[in-house]
Amino acid sequence: MTLHFDIPEETLASILAKAFTNRSFLTGFVITALVAAVAIVSYIWTPYDVTKLVIADKTQGPSLAHWFGTDHFGRDILSMIMVGARNSIAVALVAVGIGMGVGVPLGAFAAARGGIADEALMRLNDLVFAFPALLSAIMITAIFGPGAINAIIAIGIFNIPVFARVARAGALAIWPREFILAARAAGKGATLITIEHILPNIATLLLVQGTIQFALGILAEAGLSYVGLGAQPPMPSWGRMLFDAQTRMVVAPWMALFPGMAIVVTVLGLNLLGDGIADILDPKSRRQR
Amino acid sequence: MTAYLLKRLTIALVTLVLASMVVFAVLEVIPGDPARLMLGMNASADQVELLRNQMGLNAPLALRYLHWAAGLLSLDFGRSYTYSVPVIDLVRERIIVSLPLALIALVLSTVIAIPVGLFSASRRGRAGDTIAMGAAQFGVAVPNFWFALMLIYLFAVWLRLVPAGGFPGWSAGVWPALKSLLLPAIALALPQAAILARVARSALIEVLHEDYIRTARAKGMPYRAVLWRHALRNAMIPVLTILGLQFAFLLAGTIIIENVFYLPGLGRLVFQAINQRDLIVVEGVVMLLVAAVIAVNLVVDLSYAIVDPRLRSRQ
Repeated sequence: MTLHFDIPEETLASILAKAFTNRSFLTGFVITALVAAVAIVSYIWTPYDVTKLVIADKTQGPSLAHWFGTDHFGRDILSMIMVGARNSIAVALVAVGIGMGVGVPLGAFAAARGGIADEALMRLNDLVFAFPALLSAIMITAIFGPGAINAIIAIGIFNIPVFARVARAGALAIWPREFILAARAAGKGATLITIEHILPNIATLLLVQGTIQFALGILAEAGLSYVGLGAQPPMPSWGRMLFDAQTRMVVAPWMALFPGMAIVVTVLGLNLLGDGIADILDPKSRRQR
Repeated sequence: MTAYLLKRLTIALVTLVLASMVVFAVLEVIPGDPARLMLGMNASADQVELLRNQMGLNAPLALRYLHWAAGLLSLDFGRSYTYSVPVIDLVRERIIVSLPLALIALVLSTVIAIPVGLFSASRRGRAGDTIAMGAAQFGVAVPNFWFALMLIYLFAVWLRLVPAGGFPGWSAGVWPALKSLLLPAIALALPQAAILARVARSALIEVLHEDYIRTARAKGMPYRAVLWRHALRNAMIPVLTILGLQFAFLLAGTIIIENVFYLPGLGRLVFQAINQRDLIVVEGVVMLLVAAVIAVNLVVDLSYAIVDPRLRSRQ
């Protein structure tokens, strides 16, 4: 019996070759790597100590000594942005982990079982989607207390139906294929097939969705800490820095400008990376109709 | 068609009921006694107990849920613990700020995004498309509250064209009121428009490859007419889906944007209520928003049938 694969076996070299000519991927990759590097470097070195208040230097404009200026406590904004990157990345990454960890098994299970299990999952998805995510995240963090951990949970919960939906749709497209039939004929059960054949084939979809949710998570975290429900001071976070900047817009606009740019650049990088990965790994042939 | 309608309607109702149970249950497990909150720390245990009985807080859980849910149906959301007025009055006061804000933002985002999507799709790969989609890529990455701060700096602090925040009320006249909603609406709309433009573009590109487009062109129909009459209509389904989702997003987005601009809307109401543990207000407003989201999604589902006649005949 010959198995028919529509997906050409791509070598790592050919994928890399495509990656290096894809502008979206390259730009996104460089930006994302840079942001990650800044977050890592901040553990070892920052231009100034972000926990030290130097009132004499308060609300200074950008200068050679303080590239992005200082805040109302005289803290160096560049240093705060560097340390804040850790918080943004950690919250968004773990929230994606929660979404994938719970959502993908649910979606794959629903696709494998069909029937009532599938219907129940879809209705559950409808239920979660009926709650405006940000409103509910605000409710959760307000009720269970502000802080990075609760922000992660609040954002993570809303990632679950997203991944469940993507995993289900992807798996449903793979199940009718011949190589699945062959696997079943070989006596493999639904669980084994899902692990060995379905998941590797939907990994691309999940990776792309992962970068999207990562970017959305960074925006959501910024929103939560902007209303005071994310990471708590003295831990710097980009959203909190914008909150502090708001009442000082007239005297110190740079306090708002740079943290916001950090968010924009990070999210932009992740979105470009996701677009790039989708371009490289998801040839048109897979979007058959 | 009828089967399709009935199925969507049933799903919407079931979702609404389940959502009401979730909202009730979540706020039920929160520590804090509303009666104690209303009477203050100096009240005796007996007084608190008396008020708890009066408020029906000692009734069994299921009974309290039914009582609350029945109230919702007649728009009776209960009385606010902190303001001692019916929740519906608070909502009525605030919704006249939030709803126009969300609607203006929705309209703005649509009238920006659809033409940009059409422009980009019809010039795919050319300079105009690259610039427009580059801008959209950028727009998707901008947090609306930061964008709002930048707008305030530019238009209120620097150019002094509009107020930096606050709301004069509709009684001050339509124009002053609209003027103070303008910046918040733009802040909400532009990031959404960026997403919508991208969706519209890719949906249009997909459609433009169809045979019927080539046929329409071959029979001599002008490109512009093909674009508007055939392509746009067929590309509407993904666009409508995103519009529906965006409405939910805009409603929630008003919470943060209203905080930026000090607008007395629903978002600020619910935010203050959460901080003051005025749970009955939170319950009411959240249910109202959830109901709005479900209703909008239902309308979107139904509009699929109008846009795509194939859905009507398919059972």
